[in-house]
Amino acid sequence: MSYDRAITVFSPDGHLFQVDYAQEAVKKGSTAVGVRGKNVVVLGVEKKSVAKLQDDRTVRKICSLDNHVFMAFAGLTADARIIVNRARVECQSHRLTVEDPATVEYITRYISSIKQRYTQSNGRRPFGISSLIVGFDFDGTPHLYQTDPSGTYHAWKANAIGRSAKTVREFLEKNYKEEDMESDTDTIKLAIRALLEVVQSGGKNIELAIMKRDESMKILVQEEIEEYVTAIETEKEKAEKQKKKTLTLFD
Amino acid sequence: MALFDVSGYKSHSELRGQILGTGVGHLIDRPNQQFAVPVGVDPSGFLKSCSREGGVSIDLNHGTTTLAFKFRHGVIVAVDSRASAGSYIASKEANKVIEINPYLLGTMSGSAADCQYWERLLAKECRLYKLRNKQRISVSAASKLLCNMMLGYRGMGLSMGSMIIGWDNKGPGLYYVDDNATRLSGHMFSTGCGSSYAYGVVDSGYREDMTVEEAYELGRRGITHATHRDAYSGGVVNLCTMQEDGWIKVCKEDVSELIHRYRKGMF
Repeated sequence: MSYDRAITVFSPDGHLFQVDYAQEAVKKGSTAVGVRGKNVVVLGVEKKSVAKLQDDRTVRKICSLDNHVFMAFAGLTADARIIVNRARVECQSHRLTVEDPATVEYITRYISSIKQRYTQSNGRRPFGISSLIVGFDFDGTPHLYQTDPSGTYHAWKANAIGRSAKTVREFLEKNYKEEDMESDTDTIKLAIRALLEVVQSGGKNIELAIMKRDESMKILVQEEIEEYVTAIETEKEKAEKQKKKTLTLFD
Repeated sequence: MALFDVSGYKSHSELRGQILGTGVGHLIDRPNQQFAVPVGVDPSGFLKSCSREGGVSIDLNHGTTTLAFKFRHGVIVAVDSRASAGSYIASKEANKVIEINPYLLGTMSGSAADCQYWERLLAKECRLYKLRNKQRISVSAASKLLCNMMLGYRGMGLSMGSMIIGWDNKGPGLYYVDDNATRLSGHMFSTGCGSSYAYGVVDSGYREDMTVEEAYELGRRGITHATHRDAYSGGVVNLCTMQEDGWIKVCKEDVSELIHRYRKGMF
């Protein structure tokens, strides 16, 4: 008997197969990376190649939910649109009732509850997206949260979702340094370096959004991204030369 | 809910949901739906028939005096303690201050039943907020929740004039919320039928830089003079103060003794 027909049924070994399959759908989406610095939060996504006649400004994977929170997703774009719309309404509803902007954790919790509800209703399938939600609370603390189709959420210092997420996460684990997070430039560079690991043809296929404390979200233009990429490449060359030098010394 | 299903009330609640918003998320426990007003009952129509021309006149008066004012060192809250049912004094020691939590107070004037029920419901919502969000609810949010509860039953004869007093990370907070879903933030409010007398006393004696003792005196005097002239206020003055680390109960003094202190030449 197959246990993946109706979402509400557990399999004998305790799996919700529809949720697992949703996570497979997420793994097919283009990569998104998020880094939480001390004074800046960064989200970077791999820009999918568009057809010649398509206007690429209509494909935006980074959406702002409120002045102080924005998110990127990996997976089914249509599902993400629904989640983003509901989250935007909830942000305003929170402002209306509580007279304060929603904390990043609150809106993450709200999105996760929606996702969980769809794993426990009959006739519905789970949302096929994972999202990275970043922003600043009104007391100034930066946050980065990741949600997945099962409705769980966790806070992260840096994370990646989508295609090749594992590679990117390993890169982040190796190269994340707490001291670097004090500098805005280093935080942004870490996100770009992580994306460059898996993106083909370099800076042209990267879209990056940053938010500094008390400022609104800024999507970097292509030239700014190219600047960072060139800086990263020069640093890389320097590091290679250093390595070569030390090697020849001990010949 | 059995009554809900039996009464066939769904269509009205759907309409209410459209107007007031469904899926409010974690913020409101949908207290509106705890009362399914059965089909055929029309509270607003019934009330209209009770006023003057209709025949029987049921005069819903707010027999009380409560006052609260902000000053440099916090917020003073003073209430009387007489509960009246028409001209019958039901209690001389009614408690008109509800302690929502150690940093939030609510006062009651109007119908005792309405005040007690809705403010206790507010206390439940504030507790749930703290559990869900790991942070105390702000005074403005608490007063907003109460105001939205009132909005759900607007025109149906609720009678409540209350002040929400608290201290959150924006400092001291004082809000007036009533059964019309009016919600006002301010520095000084007084409610109830003795409020005019209390306003007179507190307005003339108020200075922003009062010491704490002077502020206590002013609160006591306001209530005492109001109970002296208003028939529906009396009993004891319950005085509390709201400070940064929460509220404290200052005193509980009988107005018949206080009035002698304040009006030495009179008796």
